[in-house]
Amino acid sequence: MNKRIFLDPLFKNNPVSVLVLGICSALAVTVKMEPALVMALSVTLVTGFSGLIMSLFRNTVPNRIRIIVQLIVVATLVIVVDQILKAFAYDVSKQLSVFVGLIITNCIIMGRIEAFALGNKPLPAFMDGIGNGLGYGMILVIVSFFRELLGSGTLLGYRIVPQSWYMGNGGFYENNGLMILPPMALIIVGLIIWIFNARKEWSK
Amino acid sequence: MDNKIRNGNLYTFLYAAAIVIVVAAILALTAQVLRPRQESNVRTETRLYILRSAGLAGGAYTVKDRNSYVEKEYNRYIKDTAVGPDGLPLFVCTLEDGSKKYIIPLHGTGLWGPIWGYLALDNDFETVYGAVFDHKSETPGLGAEISKEPFSEPFRGKSLYKEGEFVSVSVVKGGRAAGNPNAVDGISGGTITSRAVETMIRECVIKYIPFLKHE
Repeated sequence: MNKRIFLDPLFKNNPVSVLVLGICSALAVTVKMEPALVMALSVTLVTGFSGLIMSLFRNTVPNRIRIIVQLIVVATLVIVVDQILKAFAYDVSKQLSVFVGLIITNCIIMGRIEAFALGNKPLPAFMDGIGNGLGYGMILVIVSFFRELLGSGTLLGYRIVPQSWYMGNGGFYENNGLMILPPMALIIVGLIIWIFNARKEWSK
Repeated sequence: MDNKIRNGNLYTFLYAAAIVIVVAAILALTAQVLRPRQESNVRTETRLYILRSAGLAGGAYTVKDRNSYVEKEYNRYIKDTAVGPDGLPLFVCTLEDGSKKYIIPLHGTGLWGPIWGYLALDNDFETVYGAVFDHKSETPGLGAEISKEPFSEPFRGKSLYKEGEFVSVSVVKGGRAAGNPNAVDGISGGTITSRAVETMIRECVIKYIPFLKHE
């Protein structure tokens, strides 16, 4: 049971490609792989623990203010983590600077709390959060892989396309400028959704 | 719990009040406990940037205790901080061979938030010896690249003057700066941030020009 809760969000119910949640940050942080990985990791932690905490409180939260309570829990978690990073891992916190706000507003977190954590026991809620975070991160990494490779000729900051290939150095190659602009993220996400849907058709 | 109580007004109000107090206490406590460490990190960061603009402190990213390493290096090289025009700071860095570099702090506005940096000048106050930039919240992979070396390294050796006139260093469209002693390549896709760097350098350095000439 727990295994399915964990694995389903990776492929069958992937938050980005099937539920189409969290698209906004998928555009913003996928130009390079490094921020995409950092974002994936932070969102995974936050979805996991906010699911766990909200599930523990699920029987006490008044119905009318439950969205506000969810927001408070998520925001508090993110701020505490950010403060700890600033004190003990300053470089990582600088990497994260812009993402902190983006994590709080990520639709996946609130979506999973509403849809799953409020109606399930803590452990499954935690697994569901981690699974969804990883499902989201997987798409982010795939998108950023293509955008960084084709847009900058590097991967994780390391040069893949040799300098001598470039037009400027007498070669034949040119980076694709469209890759580093936001529309390309949407196009790649669209292609991924297409592949997911096509696979679903075949497996029927 | 009984659903009627749980959705009543009194319970809702009390619940909201309780959660606000608890969360406020947690956040205040975290901020208080961690503040000294955070402040010392920020101070180290500032000093490290000053040193890096003069090409020093290269080992800071590999040593274990960065705070004390940077402290030591800073005290070794930055022996003098002159007060420049209008009380603005100017850091004087004395290298091992005795030559002096003058480091000007820069502050400006990027696309999403503040950007800043340090510009080290040679003894003639014309040639850029080195530069570092950083930002609060520029777009990752685009504007945020100003903090990386591929962007800041080309500033080295550029001139602030053209035929005796102050022209600052322009940040031009990627690939157009080749051979131009007054320009460096900008970041494709990060045009606004690149221009902001150009504006920042011009506006900050120009205040120092009368002072440096006088010196």
